[in-house]
Amino acid sequence: MTQAIRPRRALELSRRSFGVLAAASVLAACSRGPQTASPNAPLRVLAINHVWTQAISRYLPELEERIGRRVTMRMLTADQLTSSFNVKLNASATDIDVMTIRPLQDQMMFARNGWIADLTDRVEDDADYRWTDFQDAPRERSITAGAAVSVPVVTERPALYYRKDLLEDFGGAPATLDDMLDIALELQRRSEGFYGFVGRGQRSGAVTQWSSFLYSFGGDFTVDGRSGIGSPEAVAAYRYYGRLLHDAGPPGATNMSLEQAMPIFAQGKAAMYVDADAIYSNFLDNSISTVTDTVGFAPFPAGQAGSVPHNIPSWSLAVNEFSLLRDDSWEFVRWASSPEMVARLQSEGIPGARQSVWDDPATLASFPADLAEAMRVNAANGVGHDRPEVMQVGRARDIVGRPLVSGIVGEDVASVAADADAEFNDFLVRDNRQQEF
Amino acid sequence: MTTTTTRAATGPRGSTRPATPSGKQFVTFEQANRRLKWALLAPALGFVGLMIAFPLVFTINLSLTDAFGAVNAGSSYVGLQNFTDALTDTRRFWPAVGRTVTFTLGAVVLETVLGLALAMLMRKAFRGMEIVRTILMVPLLATPVAIGILWMLILDPTNGIANHLLGFVGIPPQEFLGSVSQSLPTLMLIDVWQWTPMMTVLLLAGLTTLPEEPEEAARVDGANAWQRFVHIILPMLRTTILTALVLRGVDALKTFDLIYATKGPGGGSDFEAETLNVYAYGLTFDYQEYGLASAVLVLFTLFIVAIVVVLRRRTERSAS
Repeated sequence: MTQAIRPRRALELSRRSFGVLAAASVLAACSRGPQTASPNAPLRVLAINHVWTQAISRYLPELEERIGRRVTMRMLTADQLTSSFNVKLNASATDIDVMTIRPLQDQMMFARNGWIADLTDRVEDDADYRWTDFQDAPRERSITAGAAVSVPVVTERPALYYRKDLLEDFGGAPATLDDMLDIALELQRRSEGFYGFVGRGQRSGAVTQWSSFLYSFGGDFTVDGRSGIGSPEAVAAYRYYGRLLHDAGPPGATNMSLEQAMPIFAQGKAAMYVDADAIYSNFLDNSISTVTDTVGFAPFPAGQAGSVPHNIPSWSLAVNEFSLLRDDSWEFVRWASSPEMVARLQSEGIPGARQSVWDDPATLASFPADLAEAMRVNAANGVGHDRPEVMQVGRARDIVGRPLVSGIVGEDVASVAADADAEFNDFLVRDNRQQEF
Repeated sequence: MTTTTTRAATGPRGSTRPATPSGKQFVTFEQANRRLKWALLAPALGFVGLMIAFPLVFTINLSLTDAFGAVNAGSSYVGLQNFTDALTDTRRFWPAVGRTVTFTLGAVVLETVLGLALAMLMRKAFRGMEIVRTILMVPLLATPVAIGILWMLILDPTNGIANHLLGFVGIPPQEFLGSVSQSLPTLMLIDVWQWTPMMTVLLLAGLTTLPEEPEEAARVDGANAWQRFVHIILPMLRTTILTALVLRGVDALKTFDLIYATKGPGGGSDFEAETLNVYAYGLTFDYQEYGLASAVLVLFTLFIVAIVVVLRRRTERSAS
């Protein structure tokens, strides 16, 4: 029997069909798919790992029922969040709908890049939303280049946390910065197993808390568009904060941000601590704090220019410009920052930005009485920024923080401040150029 | 039964490809199979090629622009300006280069010496060797971020156990990672703690392949243990050591997570632990200066490639 073996037709592949197959493979790999959201697509919120996010996530079913769409929430730390936004939005990603942003850190850059949607019409045209009910400072920080691009949901001021048992001999919490330094030095001198004061000392991380010292000494980061960090007031504030941590603080202070400083106070190793009032619950939690019964809360002490703390929107909501669910995203923002929700969350201990809610004493009932009073006083005296208001906030903080570190390690502050002042002026010129968008 | 293969009719211009009666060419089974193989492999090969080539070309392109804020925002070509800026920057770039070299050299040399010592100890079987080997491998299993946080807690100047223990022997409390001068050495020691086991494993694998006769002959000739180690074992192990140095050296040059987890952005308040990787990350994510960051990364890549080429040449020369 003779059997002919012929090439199988299924494998017959001309040059043309080979090319078509290869091209189809590449095109299939590169195709973007439809640019409309599926009816079943969830609304995706990329948010900060914060008590606000944990609280709001408990109420999500209410919104899901209203918009007829599932809402997914992913939480990251602040640094991770910024990196994620940078990576994803550089690629015009559509898999984020609602974002929590730090308006004073990220907003100007994000708006310049065209990453966050203009919400001006939505906030202003909705009478029920009451845009003007938001406190002036947080509301003003929501606007970049004339457009409302975010909505504040968490506000923050500094609080003076102190050990009531240790400061009893001194008549309680200090009312002035001079008194605070004297008490801290005296307690440090006694060497009783704790430090007189603890606070942030990292070059960039400390800038926000130091801002209240700067304002209370009569200075600011910029004055008439030029650097203010070489002014006598700023140098005095650098010297003061440096001495506080150098002479009355724990070792290794220049490596301390919130994560390192807070446990020192919570473990009873420091008599006084200045940091954000939003973290107060850490000191009332028996599982991580040994000062639950002895911690006291006070307004920011007065300097030569009075008590001038910052009062800032620490976290705001924004809508991704590339989101395919812009209307539902706005529904989320509207719901999460509505007067009712802000009142509800503030009653749970998360300070919001609506004046009507602050005016209602019932919303402050969950805070310790002395903390509520400190927050009220600080809010009344507060300045609306806690870092330089520039495009490149990261670089600005590195420049501004340099004399701070010099003070903490006991070096001469004046010469470093003069050098940083010149560098900051050069930076402001470049940054202003970038702001022309 | 007889099976014969009929040769297909020769195609036009003397081609051996089979031709259909209509004149259309078809490939043979073997040719088709060869093309189909490439067709099926093409997506995977294309993907891998793109994954290597695209970021490299993209970064080089970006390094020649003034990209700022967003890479998809408008930018202009500025030639080699970013490279000039980086190479003339004595405040951040060159100190970062110095720290990168110091960290890598310090850590890798220590790891090699300790790894070799441990490998020599474990060369001969002993009671409980398996347990010792398992314990030695533990640091390798943890992620660098977890290790960073673990050591931060141990070395915390106020609440850490390290100062507590030092106090027992009369040593005053140290700042460790909180100190400008102690940060880099502390990070090198953490790296040594984590990666010495890997050097041990690599060198132990090399030691087990060495022939025993030369060492035995030296022993008979009266060479002591140190002489046998220096004159017999080390020369024979040279290739393995160089290979281990290349692997660990390149890895150490790229260390990022451990430094970032313990020292934060900028490698600390005085940039005391800022290596090239940390500097490039800061330029990208803290400053959004994508053009300059890309130039630093291109220079860093060239730096690594140069080191690898030099070490590989030495390895090849040693092997030959």
